[in-house]
Amino acid sequence: MDLGLIVAAGLATGTVLLFAAIGEIFAERAGVLNLGVEGMMLMGAVTGFSVTGSTGNPWFGLGAAMLVGGLFGLLHGVVTIRLRADQVVSGLALTFLGTGLARVLGEGLTNTNVERLPTISIPVLADLPIVGPIVFANQSVLVYVGFGLVPLAWFWITRTRPGLHLRAVGEAPAAADAQGIGVYRLRLGYVVVGGILAGLAGATITLAVSPGWFGDQTVNGRGWIAIGLVIFARWSPIWAAFGAYLFAAISPFILGLQGVPTILGVENPFLPGRSATFFLEMLPYLFVIGVVILGSRSAARRRIGAPAALGIPYVRGERGH
Amino acid sequence: MTFHLEPRTVTPRWLSPLVTVGAVAVALVISGGIIGLVGGDPVRSYAHILEASFGSVGVLSDTLVKATPLILTGLACALAFRMRLWNIGAEGQFLLGAWGASAVVLFPLVPAGTPGIVLIPLMMIAGMLAGGIWGLIPGVLRARLGVNEIIVTLMLNYIALAWIQFWVFGPWSEGGFQQTHPFPPEAALPRLADFASIVPGFAGLTVHLGLVFGLVAAGLLWLFLERSRFGYEIRLIGDSPRAATYAGIDIKRRLIIVFAISGALAGLAGMSEVNGAVHRLQDHISPGYGFTAVIVAYLAKFRPGRVVVAAILFGALILAGREIQPSGVPAMIQGIILFTLIVSDVLVRYQVRVTRGGRGPTVPATPAASPSAGSAGGG
Repeated sequence: MDLGLIVAAGLATGTVLLFAAIGEIFAERAGVLNLGVEGMMLMGAVTGFSVTGSTGNPWFGLGAAMLVGGLFGLLHGVVTIRLRADQVVSGLALTFLGTGLARVLGEGLTNTNVERLPTISIPVLADLPIVGPIVFANQSVLVYVGFGLVPLAWFWITRTRPGLHLRAVGEAPAAADAQGIGVYRLRLGYVVVGGILAGLAGATITLAVSPGWFGDQTVNGRGWIAIGLVIFARWSPIWAAFGAYLFAAISPFILGLQGVPTILGVENPFLPGRSATFFLEMLPYLFVIGVVILGSRSAARRRIGAPAALGIPYVRGERGH
Repeated sequence: MTFHLEPRTVTPRWLSPLVTVGAVAVALVISGGIIGLVGGDPVRSYAHILEASFGSVGVLSDTLVKATPLILTGLACALAFRMRLWNIGAEGQFLLGAWGASAVVLFPLVPAGTPGIVLIPLMMIAGMLAGGIWGLIPGVLRARLGVNEIIVTLMLNYIALAWIQFWVFGPWSEGGFQQTHPFPPEAALPRLADFASIVPGFAGLTVHLGLVFGLVAAGLLWLFLERSRFGYEIRLIGDSPRAATYAGIDIKRRLIIVFAISGALAGLAGMSEVNGAVHRLQDHISPGYGFTAVIVAYLAKFRPGRVVVAAILFGALILAGREIQPSGVPAMIQGIILFTLIVSDVLVRYQVRVTRGGRGPTVPATPAASPSAGSAGGG
């Protein structure tokens, strides 16, 4: 197998995780845990696919997916911020709702085909030696959006005044409130942003990376993997990008194992059709457990961790927790 | 127009059950609207669900068969949630329980022809052990390393499914099909139909001994939570971890034990399902019992007795939902019910005051208000 092709494919699948993880970083930095990523991604995936199918224009599909993701984010935001419901339960409900609704809406979409988003090459950069053809040539336009989003998100969160406010409402909402920052408004806004990005992540699957609708299997746990990546990345967009691309680049190597008849002279137990391939299927999930353990440990050691107010509803006038 | 939430000082006893029933009703109306929007007939769908799940003694029996694994996994979730431990891994623990029970007869660990009176308890132990160990993993990781249990339990679900698939496609496969050989008849949990020679009315009724496991487990869990010191400590940790720490309770130890018991309950559900209903191991042994269990536990406000009732309702939905088109409808209804439930909780905890225009009265400072007590539904 060509190494360049593997890396190029990894960048595309990594983009899915990247969008979802950065969306979750925005929400969690603002203090709102959203466990509904899987459901929002499924809704984005099915909306993007079906709207593209009915309009024939993948850009409409993409826009609709982001809109629906944002609406789901808004639902979670209103329920947890305004109505002060438990963020864990509301997030789980969002995933159940998204999964069920996506399956209802996706009825009859399997085995259909829609227009994909265009793939483009970046002029000049694509001509760079080695890196150019792999990273900047013939990639879906969304891959480049992902490249751009990482520094943008990092700059926004760490170097701008609105980013400072974002971190303030996630770390010390009472102090932020006292400074005149609209805690509820900002939190709601960033949860919606997280939803929009999760919807985008879902549409990235169905309109760019692996087009088609396969029921819940379309997203297949990647929403949860994205939430795990956020912990691994310690709420940094840069580390989230590193984790997302690394994760996506490793996966094809593991699947590639199925292609070789012998390993070190021993008959390969992971050949397609052999039951041992199920152990390969476990690896991504074991990997997530591994990175979450590492993330928790290093966060504990270096005393940098979750935003201090993550998961705690803010109620003006109530004592801080 | 703005609205404000003020914590209730007094909550009438009738309010909580009324609001819960109302929330389910609202969820059904919303779901009906969506079914109508996608071209279905909501009235016929609901009528079908009622007819196909409660319409006769025979289908009621089938509903109870579907409710059995939901009771046990629902109890598993209710116990963990009561301590505010988010065990979303009942699905994986269920699968491991089914695997553990199967291992007893498929490896086999006991000689062929072992009588049921020995075999069934052994399979129960094996199932609870396997489920318990699967629950222990996130428990230990959370207690020792502070690892988020939600992510770990979810990932373990996917790993458990791949584990089951390995065995049913590989070593235990029956002629290459994705299922194992059927279990020996001694392993089958007795069904009501088995007693048709004594009581003719039992003919064809599929309800099996697993339902009794579920009811006994619910009773024991109630005793454990409400009448034991350990149960009191768990409830205290759930309501106020800080108070529990001041009281000198070793939270980490309780956490590991609760996770193990929770896993064992879900594991027993898996055992009961393979021994009582399916009689072999397959890869599609669960239509998501472990996930529905989350909603069952929440609808029951984590009370063991109410878990039984909620499990029967969702058992009906799963049973009848198999024939409803589109196929995602039962899952969608479950999600909407969970949403209306958490929104309805607000009505129980707070008074909603609507004011026209401008800023209303500010929420009075309530230093004694404990935010966690409300979501746990009181003591």
